Amino acid sequence: MIATPAVAATHEPAWIRRLVIAVAAGFVGLFVLVPLAAVFGEAFRNGVAAFGHAVSDPAALSAVRLTFLAAAIAVPLNIVFGVAAAWAIARFHFPGRSLLLTLIDLPLAVSPVIAGMVFVLLFGKQGLIGPWLSAHGIKVIFALPGIVLATTFVTFPFVARELIPLMEAQGAEEEEAAIVLGASGWQTFLRVTLPKIKWGLLYGVVLCTARAMGEFGAVSVVSGHIRGRTNTLPLHVEILYNEYEYQAAFAVASLLVVLALASLVARRVIARRVEAS
Amino acid sequence: MIEVRGLTKRFGTFYALDEVSLEVPGGGLVALLGPSGSGKTTLLRILAGLERPDRGSALLDGVDLASQSARQRNVGLVFQHYALFRHLDVYENIAFALRVRKRPEAEVDARVRELVALIQLESLEHRLPSQLSGGQRQRVALARALAARPRVLLLDEPFGALDAQVRAELRGWLRRLHDEIHLTTVFVTHDQDEAFEVADRVVVMNRGKIEQVGAPADVFEHPANDFVMRFLGHVNVLDAELADGHARIGDAIVALGSAVAHGGDTRGRVYIRPHELDIARSPAAGALAARVVRVTPLSGGLKIELSVDSLGSRMRADLDWERGAALGLQSGEDVFLSLRRARVFA
Repeated sequence: MIATPAVAATHEPAWIRRLVIAVAAGFVGLFVLVPLAAVFGEAFRNGVAAFGHAVSDPAALSAVRLTFLAAAIAVPLNIVFGVAAAWAIARFHFPGRSLLLTLIDLPLAVSPVIAGMVFVLLFGKQGLIGPWLSAHGIKVIFALPGIVLATTFVTFPFVARELIPLMEAQGAEEEEAAIVLGASGWQTFLRVTLPKIKWGLLYGVVLCTARAMGEFGAVSVVSGHIRGRTNTLPLHVEILYNEYEYQAAFAVASLLVVLALASLVARRVIARRVEAS
Repeated sequence: MIEVRGLTKRFGTFYALDEVSLEVPGGGLVALLGPSGSGKTTLLRILAGLERPDRGSALLDGVDLASQSARQRNVGLVFQHYALFRHLDVYENIAFALRVRKRPEAEVDARVRELVALIQLESLEHRLPSQLSGGQRQRVALARALAARPRVLLLDEPFGALDAQVRAELRGWLRRLHDEIHLTTVFVTHDQDEAFEVADRVVVMNRGKIEQVGAPADVFEHPANDFVMRFLGHVNVLDAELADGHARIGDAIVALGSAVAHGGDTRGRVYIRPHELDIARSPAAGALAARVVRVTPLSGGLKIELSVDSLGSRMRADLDWERGAALGLQSGEDVFLSLRRARVFA
């Protein structure tokens, strides 16, 4: 047999490399860059003044406020749940542990529309607890509480899923050391556990925030689309679009895109710190 | 003083500790020595309050530890892998026990400086654990455990993860430290040299039970049973006929030690340490014919591996340097083994 150059075994021919790179770059261009450019192109089609007008419209500002408010309530709830669930799953073996681990993923598996409908079924006018709630003057569906509930539901896996593998890998020895050194449970959490998991937690918070602000399906079902009152940013974009106000729809949509890009950058930066810890 | 009474701990069907009773005198330095799975670490973790026993009790200076949580016990524990707080520097690691007790800053600073000087890491106070060598981390873990002036110091395989030279240094250092501060100390190890070098008393454990307790020389010279005999260094185990305080092994006859408990049956196993054999070129009464298989120089002398055809077994003999040099043995040589001492166990 004639000896072939050793390079052949480990290096693909140049044309295959170029082809693979071209295919990947082509897909990214077609499905990411072109739509991104289209969003910003459409947003500024009628000039900066029209863009400014669309995003400073009272209904748009109200949607921005509601979006941030819903995220500001849902994200802290997720932090509490995520840390508690990750702590329980990574540190203890209890009956139902693997069931809990599976159920945490449920919101990722089920369609958000179904999540929204479940809340309508529970809290709506004809729902299970709805009549009792409205008798006491509490409005959940078509109001802020419903939007917060739906947002919390679709985002609750993010923090827990980020922390469970991290806490399992880090083990509990440092916490044991802290307790033997005289720390209380709370001191151990604040002084040892939290610093160990802070970058992983922050990463989960960024994912959770991005999803909370971008959520459409579940929130759409429970919000009722009351302009200026129960509209979040994605819902406002839909309304504008359905009313053929394309330029305004894309102007508001570009705000969401900016939020998404910011969260991508934050993820890149934080992911490096997670690896380092 | 630590008193352990009838301590039992089960994990599933596995008995990590089985009715263990033990006393550690105040100011003593005791080694728990045994193979992995013998229960020594479990005993240490129960003393620290990280595990709860199923039965039995542990008392510290007469007070039942079960009435105190781990954080109330004020016990110093050094983990095998140090478990230093990775996000805190050397100074803050050592200060931790004082910080959680909310001691005044001046007191914290004075105590930390004292300990940093004790472990000779003055210039590295502001390093993170990841920037330290294994031996330095070990010393920081020890200083951290000592910071709140614990009533007892517990060390779990303290030198296990270090290379041989650092280990030898730290052993000596730990012993000197103990001689200075006289803190009641229990340390866990599977290494008999370590146990013998550092401890006043050695507790040999196996399968959740204590096999023997005694001073190092005592345990080595008078092992209580075959497990202790085998665990503490190499031993030649041979079948023998036993009669009248003598053992006959092939052609060789050896007098059995006085402290022999032996039943009536005439066959048994005898245990002979490598240094309890002598090698000669010429035959003598009661000597075994053997052939040298391999000669290996060790730090303390020569290790000679031999085959004894009449018994169908291999044996090991250790000679000191002078004796080894005088004989000048080569592999393949025919020699004669005389047995100076042999032990039997019931």
